[in-house]
Amino acid sequence: MNNRLFLVLALAIAVAVFVICRWFAIDYLFFAGYQILLYVVLATAWNILGGYTGYVNFGTAAFFAMGAYSSVALIKFFSGVALPIPLLMVAGGLVSGFVGLGMGYLTLRLRGVFFSIATLALAVVVQTLITNWDYVGGSRGAYTVRPMVAPIVGSYMQYLFLLMLSLAVAAIATARAIEHSELGYGFATIRDDEAAAEASGVPTLRLKLIATTLTGMFMGMAGAPYPYYVTYLDPASGFNLAFAVNSIAMPLIGGTTTWAGPLIGALLLGSVQQIATVSTVLGTHPEVNLLIVGLLLIAFVVAAPNGIVGFFQARLRQSRAA
Amino acid sequence: MDLTADLLINATVAGLLLGGFYAAVTVGVSISFGMLDIVNIAHPAFIMLGAYAAFRLNDAFGMDPIVAGIVMLPIFFLMGAAVYGIYHVAFERRGQESLRGLAFFFGLLFVTEVALVLVYGVDYRFVQAPYIDAPPLRFGMIELPWRMLIPCVVALLTIGLLQIYLSRTFMGRAIAAVSQDPLALRLMAANPVRVKLVAFALSIATASISGSLLIMIQPVEPSMGRDFIGRIFAICVLGGMGSFPGTVLAAMLLGVVESITATIFGPSWSPAVAFGFLLLTLAVRPAGLLGR
Repeated sequence: MNNRLFLVLALAIAVAVFVICRWFAIDYLFFAGYQILLYVVLATAWNILGGYTGYVNFGTAAFFAMGAYSSVALIKFFSGVALPIPLLMVAGGLVSGFVGLGMGYLTLRLRGVFFSIATLALAVVVQTLITNWDYVGGSRGAYTVRPMVAPIVGSYMQYLFLLMLSLAVAAIATARAIEHSELGYGFATIRDDEAAAEASGVPTLRLKLIATTLTGMFMGMAGAPYPYYVTYLDPASGFNLAFAVNSIAMPLIGGTTTWAGPLIGALLLGSVQQIATVSTVLGTHPEVNLLIVGLLLIAFVVAAPNGIVGFFQARLRQSRAA
Repeated sequence: MDLTADLLINATVAGLLLGGFYAAVTVGVSISFGMLDIVNIAHPAFIMLGAYAAFRLNDAFGMDPIVAGIVMLPIFFLMGAAVYGIYHVAFERRGQESLRGLAFFFGLLFVTEVALVLVYGVDYRFVQAPYIDAPPLRFGMIELPWRMLIPCVVALLTIGLLQIYLSRTFMGRAIAAVSQDPLALRLMAANPVRVKLVAFALSIATASISGSLLIMIQPVEPSMGRDFIGRIFAICVLGGMGSFPGTVLAAMLLGVVESITATIFGPSWSPAVAFGFLLLTLAVRPAGLLGR
């Protein structure tokens, strides 16, 4: 299937999802759906670097929050003018993409783990900076007032949902296009054996920088509408560790080598967490949710290293061989 | 704020004491990451476990936190052995330590933190000992609070003992050997996996001590461990990966810089220092201060 056909198909599915959700006409469905779609974007973005090139990024929360806080800063700076959210998403994507590029440039010439450690530290430091930056609310947090009416489709929650749905389609289409392109094969050589790739003339540093920039950009874009989604944003929620854990757990549980892995992982884990939040059986303590995600992550990396997609691919291969 | 020489000297001394403690926090990672090449980012989680173990023993039996840290050593040693066992079977032997091994340790870090929140909540916990609130030692204008002095001394003692162990005993030398050339060790008919098991277990055991030192210095809550990741790895890399004297030197340097930053700009800025340190080290001198 070529890329254009895939994009059309993905858009068709997205439209169908939106129509079905409209048909139910429950605003909570859009609220919960937004969260799941957000995780689809974050997991797919993480996988472009983590799954395709094998470099682990622990700083999802930082890239995401930079997108969210660049929105807060812009909204405050242009107070009075209603900035369209797509514009904020572009701004957030630029900020996070640029930081991703800078991080990569400083650390990717060294061994891969230094990049991972630096992203871990980045989360702490960006949080420190934001907490001390009074302009965007500092540790007190900032309120964002949603406009009374959305530009299209009526309710504002539905508008946000639609935006995140479009971003999810864009992220997945990008990930899939990369997979079957020269870029994707270059990424795969880095994952399999970086020294051999370098020796064969693959421009590894440039490819890695493209991957970190793309990852950061999509995470920042996913973060940009967040102030409108939560209406109150403080560093503790913007830098919530749940973003980092989920964006790593979802691709690893779904499978890291294809675009379908993060999607499956995000839909599965995201829905389970949403259900656990509303049901009184599991949702007694919000931390229990995260404990389940963490334990699943450990269980999958130990027992099923290729995730759900890898498991089915292996089954398929076996049945073909038989 | 008026920046007097008095204030600056005291900040430097406080930083040196803090640095001694940071050295104890880092020494475990110097072994696991520096010598064994195991990127144990979950080390801070074990330090938090050590701190809470000290809190429990202190709370229930009034046990001195340092004694508690020593009492818990065997348990942490066994815990480390168990973690290495899983790590070796699931990742090292399959050659997948880079991506999935990292994710495994990240999962451990996260699960431990959440489990501590579920059990103890997010309240700050602290320990009681007669010397923690004792009036500070004074030399002229320099003040040495016991709360900082004792952890520093215990930390340096621990590192000294470890250094002697590594350079004098057979097992210690084998650990140094496995970090240099595992294949050669195998040719000498020693089992590198068993040596690494002992070394990793030892690195986790140090978390018992450093955890009990942490809870002496400041009250703890579960998410605090994450703040230490940047510091630990900054110190480990700057110290030259696995060199103990380098670790102590780098830790003292970071302690002083952090302490002076906190004095001038306020304590809410100090977590950023470690990161700046780390990035600078990686960009300028990845081989560390006393690099090979």
